[in-house]
Amino acid sequence: MAAASETMPETTRRTTRRTARRTVPVSRAVRRDWAVGYTMVAPVVLGALAFVVLPLGMVVWYSLHEWNVLAGTFTFAGAANYERLLADPGLADSLLASLWFSIGLVVLNISLALLLAVLLDQKLPGTTTFRTFFFSPVVVSLVAWTIVWSFLLQADGGINGFLTQFGLEGPNWLRHETTAMLSVIVVQVFKNVGLNMILFLAALQGVPVELQEAARLDGAGAWRRFRSITLPMISPTILLVSIITIVGSLEVFAQIDVLTGGGPGNSTTVLVYYLYQQAFRFNEFGYASAIAVLLFVIVLVLTLVQWQSRKRWVFHEV
Amino acid sequence: MKSEVMPPAGGSRPDAGRSAAELPGAVEPLPETEPPVPLGGPWPDRPPSDRPYVSRAGLRARRRWARGSLVALLLLLSVPFVFPTWWMATSSLKPMSEILQAVPTIWPQDPTFEAYGQVFALQPFAQQYWNSLYIAAAVTLGTMLVAAMAGYAFARIRFPGANALFVLVLAGLLVPSEVTIVPLFRIVNSLGLIDTHWPLVVIPVLGAPAVLAVFIMRQFFLALPGELEEAGRMDGLGRWGIFWRIALPLSRSALGAVAIFTFLKSWNLYLEPIVYLSSKENFTLPQALTQYVDAYGGPMWNVQLAATTLTVLPVLAVFLVAQRQFVQGLAHTGLKG
Repeated sequence: MAAASETMPETTRRTTRRTARRTVPVSRAVRRDWAVGYTMVAPVVLGALAFVVLPLGMVVWYSLHEWNVLAGTFTFAGAANYERLLADPGLADSLLASLWFSIGLVVLNISLALLLAVLLDQKLPGTTTFRTFFFSPVVVSLVAWTIVWSFLLQADGGINGFLTQFGLEGPNWLRHETTAMLSVIVVQVFKNVGLNMILFLAALQGVPVELQEAARLDGAGAWRRFRSITLPMISPTILLVSIITIVGSLEVFAQIDVLTGGGPGNSTTVLVYYLYQQAFRFNEFGYASAIAVLLFVIVLVLTLVQWQSRKRWVFHEV
Repeated sequence: MKSEVMPPAGGSRPDAGRSAAELPGAVEPLPETEPPVPLGGPWPDRPPSDRPYVSRAGLRARRRWARGSLVALLLLLSVPFVFPTWWMATSSLKPMSEILQAVPTIWPQDPTFEAYGQVFALQPFAQQYWNSLYIAAAVTLGTMLVAAMAGYAFARIRFPGANALFVLVLAGLLVPSEVTIVPLFRIVNSLGLIDTHWPLVVIPVLGAPAVLAVFIMRQFFLALPGELEEAGRMDGLGRWGIFWRIALPLSRSALGAVAIFTFLKSWNLYLEPIVYLSSKENFTLPQALTQYVDAYGGPMWNVQLAATTLTVLPVLAVFLVAQRQFVQGLAHTGLKG
């Protein structure tokens, strides 16, 4: 336990030490305190065991089995599901779809969020109203927002109707391989960019004003100040936001289901959607579990890589 | 205006004590790229500047122009954020024929509430609405309680194994709920709880979705001054008393953040309901919204949009009234989470 207490945060250590000095029958009081501690964390610890650790073990176990739900057979198959994964063109498609979605989403989301935050950080009239505008889709239910956009994006929908006013003919956005993915990304960006904008805005307001002033006196222009002072100072927030956005982008499901159903072809069948199809449409629980394990490994690797790379480009720790 | 997004509570940040006027928001807007030129031209002993002389009035005009264009840019950017909601609400009042018109009408020519009647006629929509509401309320209250307790214990009580247990809980952040959906479905199924609301309440409160809430509460309680607890102890309060009477009331802002994002998460839940629920009376709103299709599987746009409007507008209204709390709460969440 010595190792554990060493890594404990400073505040905790200080308080508990003071407590230990003042309470008279030390051991009994401390032990009672332990009991309270265990009771308080019991729900989440048991929850983590029952709903995270156990299912994670189960999904690995399932992935090693050939599972026919209808026939009721469940036989050990070793790495068969994984071999099938490697040879499956559907998986390659879905990995590619996930990759495009993640790249598009992260790039668009973070640059737009940063742009909006910088604009709202200026002393402009009506920034509160604009902030409300940009943030409002965050509170709109995801499926509702997606349904409205699918209405706007259909072949004779509002967006194409708007384009005809300018003599342009828009494509059937959700039925073309190239525009379908783009549509899903754009819908998702407008839905959630407000949240990232707020995080960036809070970070921008934490940049010390003295640094900006000093740079200004040294003759640094606005862009130079942004690049050399603001950006490094808010880099922890950029890291945090990109982790949240990338991991979140791998979990996109409702938008795909509502907007495109994975189509046209397999162009928007991202990994999670493929997993869902295999499990709950085709009853391929064993194979779906292998996909789930792959998804878990990807999320884990991405998070760890981003976390490790933080020293390279994060100016200071939060 | 600037101070509405507050630095997170806790006072650990270097700028925590600064007033709004000192925050970098007070810096002049972007276009100023040169040191100000004094009125009446450069002083004689100043090195000659290669920049053209700009009068103060000229500077002001330039600044006004820059501001105007920035506001115009903001207006343009806000269109895709605001327009869909407005388009949804107005289109729900149009008859189907007008919706299918080649050139869309900006305002309903012949407003009708017919679609709203159909929303309730085609599905038990009121029941579905209630399902979503009470599930979200139960999940929110449950998560607040469970996360506050765990967060407090992990932050303030030193007990053997605390760190190991915290790491175990935190690992939940690394496991997307989609990864475990198949085994969870099997577990729920073997307990006979398919097509009930139990899995939609219990799993989010205790499982991976609650981890972020635990983390936020822990961060908050770490920053709580120990003197307050000392005072409580002097007054004869035990651990539970300190938690309930001192720590919990002080954690209102963090609890608010947890409440807001938990409610939104539950309100948006989609994959889990379509996996666990099968009968229409048990459906939640996101799931029900996609069910308004005609005999050929084509969407009945006006009915779907009417149902969507009914889902969106109440939450949007609450947001507009309490938007400060929303934005602050979520900013707080993100920074500390």
